[in-house]
Amino acid sequence: MDLFEAIFWFLTAMAIGSALGVILSRNPINSVLFLIATFFAISGHYILMNAQFLAIVNIIVYAGAIMVLFLFVIMLMNLNADVEPQKSRLVQFAGIISGGILFLLILAALRDMKAAGVIEKTATDIGLMKNLGKTLFQNYVFPFEISSVLFLSAMIGAMVIGKKETLVIDKN
Amino acid sequence: MNQLLEISFSSLASSIHSWLSSAIANATILNVVEMAIAGVCLLVFLVPLCFVLGYMERKVAAFMQLRLGPNRVGPKGTLQIVADTVKLIFKEGLTPNASDKFLFNLAPIIVVVVSMLVMAPIAFAKNFQLWDLNIGVLYVTSISSIAVIGILMAGWSSYNKYSLLGAMRSGAQIVSYELSVGLSIISIVIMTGSLKISDIVMSQADGWWIFKGHLPIFISFVIFVIASTAEINRAPFDLSEAEQELTGGFHTEYSGMKFAMFLLAEYINLFVVSAMAATLFLGGWMPFHIGHWEAFNHIMDFIPSSLWFLGKTFAIIFIIMQFRWTFPRLRVDQLLNLEWKYLLPISMVNIILVTIMAIMGWYL
Repeated sequence: MDLFEAIFWFLTAMAIGSALGVILSRNPINSVLFLIATFFAISGHYILMNAQFLAIVNIIVYAGAIMVLFLFVIMLMNLNADVEPQKSRLVQFAGIISGGILFLLILAALRDMKAAGVIEKTATDIGLMKNLGKTLFQNYVFPFEISSVLFLSAMIGAMVIGKKETLVIDKN
Repeated sequence: MNQLLEISFSSLASSIHSWLSSAIANATILNVVEMAIAGVCLLVFLVPLCFVLGYMERKVAAFMQLRLGPNRVGPKGTLQIVADTVKLIFKEGLTPNASDKFLFNLAPIIVVVVSMLVMAPIAFAKNFQLWDLNIGVLYVTSISSIAVIGILMAGWSSYNKYSLLGAMRSGAQIVSYELSVGLSIISIVIMTGSLKISDIVMSQADGWWIFKGHLPIFISFVIFVIASTAEINRAPFDLSEAEQELTGGFHTEYSGMKFAMFLLAEYINLFVVSAMAATLFLGGWMPFHIGHWEAFNHIMDFIPSSLWFLGKTFAIIFIIMQFRWTFPRLRVDQLLNLEWKYLLPISMVNIILVTIMAIMGWYL
């Protein structure tokens, strides 16, 4: 087992283990921290595939920005394991059945898959910033711009909603 | 004599590499051994660095306030920081009963590890870099944004309202000032056309960006220094540990070595931020050259590149330390106003100017 393979298996175990930690831990803060660990493991996989830009963007956007917002909200609302609402038996039963059906579906889809060894894709350079930028701005420029307009409208929408609430408070 | 002059960090590193590869046949073990050596070198560099910065901070503070500063322990008080470290080692590391014990002990480690990770792509001397990855600058910004998770963890797990308030302030501050730091880095990236640290340094061979980039790059340099001072929670932006209102902020409950680790992380961050400013705007390890004045340029080339890098870095550290004793601490609303109403719009307009300059080739 060379270094590449060792790192691959370590990252895989870390990703799956911390993803399980997200859903199994009772405390919401621990869930968020496990999710951050998952994102780091996935970024490690990107780096193994020589897609450094994707890896870093994954860390900036998810681990750096979105997860910090999650932490903020959870800390401000002071959610703990004690205040976590207990679901009724019926809801738990429904959850088990629907989760089981999803699991069955995934199992059926992956039934014919053969276990392949670890493939080293370090030779590709499609994930490098230059190639990615050229692909985005030449082949996919229209969807790229449309999605940025979508983000802009979401941002303006958030601002408009925020503004309205302060106006209502002022009238009172 | 000629041979003696050619000794440099890069030749040292390559000779160690060739010696190790002749001694160790297995590539995996060779990699691991080299990584371990690099890590030990980094630690050996960082601990004395933090001692020097701690001493420098006290002396600069004393200089700004017309005091003497530490002058009892050792010659001119140089061993004061060693005495402080020994004191911190022998103090009891308390863990509050109601705290989340695992996260409470994990938080200082995360903060220190993150600040050390950022050291990886920094070019200390000519051809001397731990990891010259092709997204170097982006790596630095992204990893340093992880530090806020450690701070939030520390504040939340302490189970203390002051700690939580400090962590919240720090989080809001880091998340907002990151934008200005990013935009001022982007202005250099636009000029250079590369995110690689070595490319950015090489592009300044015929003049540092702060000189050949004219006013727009100077503006982004100023914004970078202000915003990164805020990002590393140093005064006048140290609201997260404002001792008059929060009794220490997010590290209120920490004592002994766990507290020392926050201190260590603060000094490493200070060094990293100054090193980034020196690399991006002041040419990294590039010596100072004046046009085609060959005699002067040769004398400047004679000074080792590592000294150039450290000199520039410490000049910026000196400026940031002076901020601390010059400006009063900002209020929270002033802090956020400064970022969202002044720095961010200025840097956005500045980006447009820089882009026009880069397209028209109006530099140098």
